[in-house]
Amino acid sequence: MLVPYFRVSSLYSLLFFFFWSLLRPYPVFLFTCKQISEGASPYTSAAMHGRVKVKTTAQQEEEKRKEREKKLKVYVAARDACFSKRKDGVFDDEALQLTQQLLSANPDFATLWNYRREILTHLETVKDEDEAQKIYEAELSFLESCLKVNPKSYGSWHHRGWVSARLPRSNWARELSLCDRCLSLDDRNFHCWDYRRMVVKMSSVPVKQELEFTDRLIGSNFSNYSSWHYRSTLLPLLHPGSPEPPPSRCGGDPPHSCSPPSPQTHFHRVCEEQLLKEYELVQNAFFTDPNDQSAWFYYRWLLGRAEREEMISCAYVSREQERVAVTFSRPVNAQSGSLLLVLDGQPQRVEWRSVHPHFKHSPVWISDLPPGTISDIANEHNLTVHWTEKHTHRDCALYTGRSESWCRDTATDLELFRSELSVEKTSVLQSELQSVNQLQELEPLNKWCLLTIILLMRALDPLGYEKETLAHFQTLKEVDSMRSAYYSDLCSKFMIENTILKMEYAEVRVFSISDRNLTTLCHLDQLLLVTHINLSSNQLRRLPPQFAMLQCLEVVEADNNSIENLEGVYHLPKLEEVSLKNNKISTLADLQPLASCPKLRRLDLRGNPVTQTANVESELAELLPSVADLLL
Amino acid sequence: MNTFSSWSHDRASSANMATEDLPSDFDIVILGTGLTESVVAAACSRVGQRVLHLDRRSYYAGNWASFTFNGLLTWIQEQNEEPKPEEVRDWSGLTEEGEELIHLSQADSASITNLQVFSYVSEEEEEEEAANTTEEEKAADEEAVKESSETESADSKEDDEEEEGAGEEEEQPAQAEGEEPEADQPRPSPSSQSEPSRKKISYAQLVKEGRRYNIDLVSKLLFSRGSLVDLLIKSNVSRYAEFKNVTRILTYRHGNIEQVPCSRADVFASRQLSVVEKRKLMRFLTSCVEETEEQTAYHGRPYLEFLQDQQLGDNLQHFLLHSIAMVAEDTPTEEGLASTRHFLRSLGRYGNTPFLFPVYGLGEIPQCFCRMSAVFGGIYCLRHSVHCLIVDRDANRCKAVIDSRGQRISCSHIVMETSYLDRSKVATPSRFLSRAVLITDSSVLPSESDQQISMVTVPPEGGSPAVKMVELSPSSMTCIPGTYLVHLTCRSVGSAHQDLSPLVTRMFRTTESQEEDRRPSVLWSLYFNMADGTASQVEGQPLPSNVHICHGPDSALGHEDAVQQAASIFQSILPEEEFCPPAPNPEDIVYDGDNTSTGEDRGDMGQDDEQNPEQNQNQENRNQNQENQNQENPDPEQNQNQGNPELQSVGPEERPASS
Repeated sequence: MLVPYFRVSSLYSLLFFFFWSLLRPYPVFLFTCKQISEGASPYTSAAMHGRVKVKTTAQQEEEKRKEREKKLKVYVAARDACFSKRKDGVFDDEALQLTQQLLSANPDFATLWNYRREILTHLETVKDEDEAQKIYEAELSFLESCLKVNPKSYGSWHHRGWVSARLPRSNWARELSLCDRCLSLDDRNFHCWDYRRMVVKMSSVPVKQELEFTDRLIGSNFSNYSSWHYRSTLLPLLHPGSPEPPPSRCGGDPPHSCSPPSPQTHFHRVCEEQLLKEYELVQNAFFTDPNDQSAWFYYRWLLGRAEREEMISCAYVSREQERVAVTFSRPVNAQSGSLLLVLDGQPQRVEWRSVHPHFKHSPVWISDLPPGTISDIANEHNLTVHWTEKHTHRDCALYTGRSESWCRDTATDLELFRSELSVEKTSVLQSELQSVNQLQELEPLNKWCLLTIILLMRALDPLGYEKETLAHFQTLKEVDSMRSAYYSDLCSKFMIENTILKMEYAEVRVFSISDRNLTTLCHLDQLLLVTHINLSSNQLRRLPPQFAMLQCLEVVEADNNSIENLEGVYHLPKLEEVSLKNNKISTLADLQPLASCPKLRRLDLRGNPVTQTANVESELAELLPSVADLLL
Repeated sequence: MNTFSSWSHDRASSANMATEDLPSDFDIVILGTGLTESVVAAACSRVGQRVLHLDRRSYYAGNWASFTFNGLLTWIQEQNEEPKPEEVRDWSGLTEEGEELIHLSQADSASITNLQVFSYVSEEEEEEEAANTTEEEKAADEEAVKESSETESADSKEDDEEEEGAGEEEEQPAQAEGEEPEADQPRPSPSSQSEPSRKKISYAQLVKEGRRYNIDLVSKLLFSRGSLVDLLIKSNVSRYAEFKNVTRILTYRHGNIEQVPCSRADVFASRQLSVVEKRKLMRFLTSCVEETEEQTAYHGRPYLEFLQDQQLGDNLQHFLLHSIAMVAEDTPTEEGLASTRHFLRSLGRYGNTPFLFPVYGLGEIPQCFCRMSAVFGGIYCLRHSVHCLIVDRDANRCKAVIDSRGQRISCSHIVMETSYLDRSKVATPSRFLSRAVLITDSSVLPSESDQQISMVTVPPEGGSPAVKMVELSPSSMTCIPGTYLVHLTCRSVGSAHQDLSPLVTRMFRTTESQEEDRRPSVLWSLYFNMADGTASQVEGQPLPSNVHICHGPDSALGHEDAVQQAASIFQSILPEEEFCPPAPNPEDIVYDGDNTSTGEDRGDMGQDDEQNPEQNQNQENRNQNQENQNQENPDPEQNQNQGNPELQSVGPEERPASS
């Protein structure tokens, strides 16, 4: 330890230093230092918590105990007095005094703050403005002392906000400087950040000034999520991006006087010139300390994270099943009555249901048409689905002689998975990739760096970089073994995206992704039209409920996985063949969902524990009567 | 806390020198109030030893002292005075059978040499004279001294003249060559004084506000995790002082001043480094904290070679070698790494640089230790020395001393600074430090804040040694607003002026020059050489075993040498005792004589009861005044950092923890 004899007075000094520094910015007292534990490198960003315990003799403890008891007695008496006064509706100066005493000892006593507000509102009605101003100013200085006792007291900060707002002649500059001081003591005090935002909003502090404030904080210690985050809210206001200029009144106004952000894709955009400056800043941070996450998170934000607009991405109709399926770009709840179906100009009353009872919100919704409406193959039908919540719709024509039909966005294939990083210019992404690669050369085992490279590569050219991406995932799993499952899932996701892209380019309805170490399935809503799926030789453990979105599926191959759960093979109207060789299906109950697929006729269960069950054949015959071809 | 040195300059009070005798029996007599001696004094008093601490000078801290501007002028004058012939008196009346005497030196004549003063400021009413003296300045170094002395006190003239041909001067080999470097010397002419662009500070102003200067004779910094800081904390002596962080580390490179990025925040903010360099630097700094096999492979090979092989660019090599490790190019790798680690360990403890500087100057530190010693009963006399030691011939131990008033004082240990030994017993110092003190009008690297305290490293160049420069702003309470105090230190090659003035003329404006010249102007400068303490050696007959010698300031930037020396002296005097245990706090002291009180530690120091530094300031002062009547009451400012009770009473249970 640095200060082996850390006695009582040193603690006083610690506190003393704490407030002294409020008054004078620079002096250093040796015995009041911020301690960094021995051996810790000065370059680690870890904030230090905790302090040396003070040992006292039994005698001193006894004295302290007595003192505490005395204090408690006084405290309880004052508290009771306050409560009875409040009960009697007394709002006088004495009550103000009493609550003040109690609150300065314990600033987290919410009831007393409420009482105090009642008193103050009452006093406000009986005093003139000057007196009220005085009372409120006294209140503010009292609050300041409370914040010194506990800088993270919810009650004190809330009350301060209340008082500041009621002050007849408010002094926001003082409030802002209070925030500055508090944040210089603890730059992660979120209460203070909240209060600051309120002050900024109330007093119309220029966005630019606030941005400079974050510059300062980041300059002194860039491991500061709050500052980076604050930046991310300020920048779009100060330097709005061109694609969708925000309403002009937002220009230099305080951030919160704007209309609520539009949920459109481009709201969080920042103009490119500023963006490049930000890249430089944040690169400085992660090159200086690549293990600090805050900079990397900010970087991810800068690279963009657009949300897809809610729309109907595909409508599908099957003559045979007399069924309509609709896919949305985002999960929605279609049971609210907002999804309307119009068939040949006639609105239809249909029941929409999700593909699996698990889902209240789902990207895929299906409904059965009344029997006979479209079953005649000689008829041509025009369908329109309306999504009234977003005023969007999609038409779909079922021509004569066709057994099914669909209509979907042709553009989707390219836009599909890019949303993760959404900077428009590939040149920007390319240069970013270059510099992050540079860092990776210096720090080949840094997980943040590797992950960012993967994301950049995905944004640039997911298929072209597939090989590199896989190699980086391999390294990631090794250097960050704690999260290897996360990386596997993420890698699975990217592999599935790539396979979907390939399938789209080939314009086929076969989805084959065997031997890619998949651990999870996702994007299944994109596979609505797939008829054949091959998932063999992966590490899947289940076919999840989302699997039921594959409404056109006829053949499933999922050999050589570790599947033990078939929940998702549920009400698949066209499913005929299921091959599950060498999986881990162990009970007949696990096969239960298959019974909901009416057309299933071939099932291969070789190499599963379930085949060892007694009477398995007869049990299966009973469970799945349609299966003619059972391989055990 | 600009206290001790200022009170001791009060000549008038010396007339009332106490006539009463000192106690005649002490455990330890300490001569000299430099840092080492003061730490020994504090350590010994603290564990209950009776300490008599004397200094023949009129101020505390010896060569470690800080002076006001006027005080420094007086000091300069004193240095030029001819040492008074040593009185030889017969002390046989005070000795007994079997005792012999070792005479001590009565003046320190060897440690400071080659003193030169230059003034570049307007002297207003004495303008003509100033012009004249500058002509003379060319002629001889002594004249320069004279010139400044003249302006500042007329009555010193005689002394200056006496100085010619003084023994001290003969020792200066550089003296004869003095004229040569003078050739390019600045010639402040009256016209330069009317320069419009900068606010001028006149000499009269320097003298008038001279009290606000605290000019250190040695220029050092405290490593935040160095032994002195640890000692200050451990012993609670830190409560007597206040410190400031050195705010930036600069380096002189290719004729420019650049900021050295050493902390994480600096590296992040640096504009000179590319992102790749940033990474490399950070990686090197984090990795070199621990010893690796790769590093061991370089043992014995130059550190520079190691740095080169780490694929660090020129930029980074310069920073790491000259500003962080502060070693020479040929320093072995293990040594270079050790000093790099020392630097890095200290980084981040108190701020973004590894250094602290005591507010009011370095001279505060020895005084703080003296104060601790006094609090625990140490008795202090300035302008009081010891004529000779009385040695028991058989035991070869010093039994007693005879002080400058002829009183025999018995003691069991003597601690003294080298300069107290008779000249015949000490080798002429073989190494010197070259020092320059400049008062300038602006910072070498102006920035938004005028509160910067900067450490500047100047790498060796073409045979001239590496220079460490510390620039103090008024926030350090060592100079007046509008001026900066610059200390330059290097190992001597020639005289201080020869070693340092070329650099000064490069970095500062000493002559009238074009308006574009943005370099700071020098208003006043002082050059001198000081003996490197580590080079002094005791010669001839070995001293009695209970006589301990402390050498003066060394050339290193930190205080490791002095603290280590003090600890080892303490260890040899009191091998069983703890070195500087923490002084008790007010809460720990029980006033009814309870045995658990730490006051007990002081054993039989009965003359002043329970004292503690927090509460018994006055008592302490009284005590000091009693024993040492030529001292005035300390400045009330001393209590400044004792804390405002109101502030102490409010406080959270802990610092806000980050969420």
